[in-house]
Amino acid sequence: MFVTMALLSPQLKNNERKKTMNAPHLHALEISKISYNFGAKKALENVNFTIRPGEFKVLLGPNGAGKTTLFSLITRLYDTSSGKISVNGTALNEHPAGALARMGVVFQQPTLDLDLSVRQNLLYHAALHGLSKGDAFQRMDVELSRLGMHDRMGERVRNLNGGHRRRVEIARALLHQPDLLLLDEPTVGLDVPSRRDIVEHVHALSDQDGIAVLWATHLIDEVESGDSVIVLHHGNVLADGPVSKVVEENQSSDIAEAFDVLTRRRAE
Amino acid sequence: MNPTHALRCLLGILTREALRFVHQRERFIAALVRPMVWLLIFAAGFRAALGISIVEPYDTYIEYEVYIVPGLVAMIQLFNGMQSSLSMVYDREMGSMRTLLVCPLPRWYLLLCKLLAGTLVSILQVYAFLAAAAAFGIVLPVSGYFAVLPALIICGLMLGAFGMVLSSLIRQLENFAGIMNFVIFPTFFLSPALYPLWKMQESSDFLYQLCSLNPFTYVVELVRFSLYGQLNGMAAIFVAGALLTCMSLAVYAYDPGRGMVGRKRAGS
Repeated sequence: MFVTMALLSPQLKNNERKKTMNAPHLHALEISKISYNFGAKKALENVNFTIRPGEFKVLLGPNGAGKTTLFSLITRLYDTSSGKISVNGTALNEHPAGALARMGVVFQQPTLDLDLSVRQNLLYHAALHGLSKGDAFQRMDVELSRLGMHDRMGERVRNLNGGHRRRVEIARALLHQPDLLLLDEPTVGLDVPSRRDIVEHVHALSDQDGIAVLWATHLIDEVESGDSVIVLHHGNVLADGPVSKVVEENQSSDIAEAFDVLTRRRAE
Repeated sequence: MNPTHALRCLLGILTREALRFVHQRERFIAALVRPMVWLLIFAAGFRAALGISIVEPYDTYIEYEVYIVPGLVAMIQLFNGMQSSLSMVYDREMGSMRTLLVCPLPRWYLLLCKLLAGTLVSILQVYAFLAAAAAFGIVLPVSGYFAVLPALIICGLMLGAFGMVLSSLIRQLENFAGIMNFVIFPTFFLSPALYPLWKMQESSDFLYQLCSLNPFTYVVELVRFSLYGQLNGMAAIFVAGALLTCMSLAVYAYDPGRGMVGRKRAGS
């Protein structure tokens, strides 16, 4: 009886997930030969890359590069018949629920209900992911405390500033203990201190918890020297690797210069 | 699909919709005032102009106010179905629809939960209206208040699914206002909500044929018969058929591989 109950507990299933995540042969995310068109317009062309567990990868590209399209494919809002997307070895098109269960997502658009409290918003998300009330409250305590938002739990989201709303969205994405955290331009519209806070916090998450992070941005100053970076331009991956390697390969002094070199070369 | 997870998800979506409803008092008041205006003002004016002879399920001559109550109940559900889909267009623009759709459960189940939540809200509105009508002396058989519940569920689901299909075709909120006018008014007036169809047939056989093809006609009749403790089998079959058709179309429309939703949103 207890064994059956334990198997039904999402919390414990998440722990199992963590064990699976630590298996060294798996990638937290594997994108293989992905292409996508909007009618005649090519949005993505033969995109390939992987993210290891615990790796912080920045998807760097200007507006229109295809970042949001790629996010929509990874989160299965769009589907494509070409290529393959796997999350911890689970193929998205074959086992969508299994793959989606391992992801936490922060979308570019705000997705909180403004008239509901932080608690009500998080409970809704916990219910969508099958967490019991008890587990949900426990996870909310942990994640909101880490983000310095615990004492705002009862407040209406409408009363929070942009930076705090983003923090709540990150806490929400982590409630079900995902192995992979996807953030699509999470700092858009925020002031400089709020941006810095969020960048630092998500780096800490990746370091401390071993969560793989895919961080999409067009802001070069969000790339840190220890990160890995993918440069996406007009739907093509122009570079993929540690920042130092990308900088060196393009004979540049920093990532901003390397980015200019790569995108200019492409334009020529 | 894990049944515990599925149930928690359903309860989460129902709770969210109920909370939103409670927070949007104007929506509730509007939902109540609209049919009451028809009942107390329009019906008073039309009582003299429109004599209602004996038609099923009535066994005697009835006042016009009594005749239009089932039509107004159906109107509440029609508006609510459209309003739920309006909220889906809003949710999609704001991104919270994405949060729902990346939850690790089958897409059809998530849409069904959303429909059930909208139906629950519409039933609350209907009973509030019936209570207000009773307060003004328009009292129906007591058993009818209970017998109508299954009809309200199936009709609410059907109209919600219809709205969902419409929401998938609309890219922006602004376009929705036009659709409301082009869809709601013809749907409502081409039905026996305000006048028996034999009267329509006397005026125009063509319009009568259109009424006969309108699924909303069967919604009105199913509700009307149920309010008097009778089952209109033909209407029930038509409504169930329309529900299955609209639900299938909605699932198709929100399918990431084939649907219109993803294709319409050419992201960056």
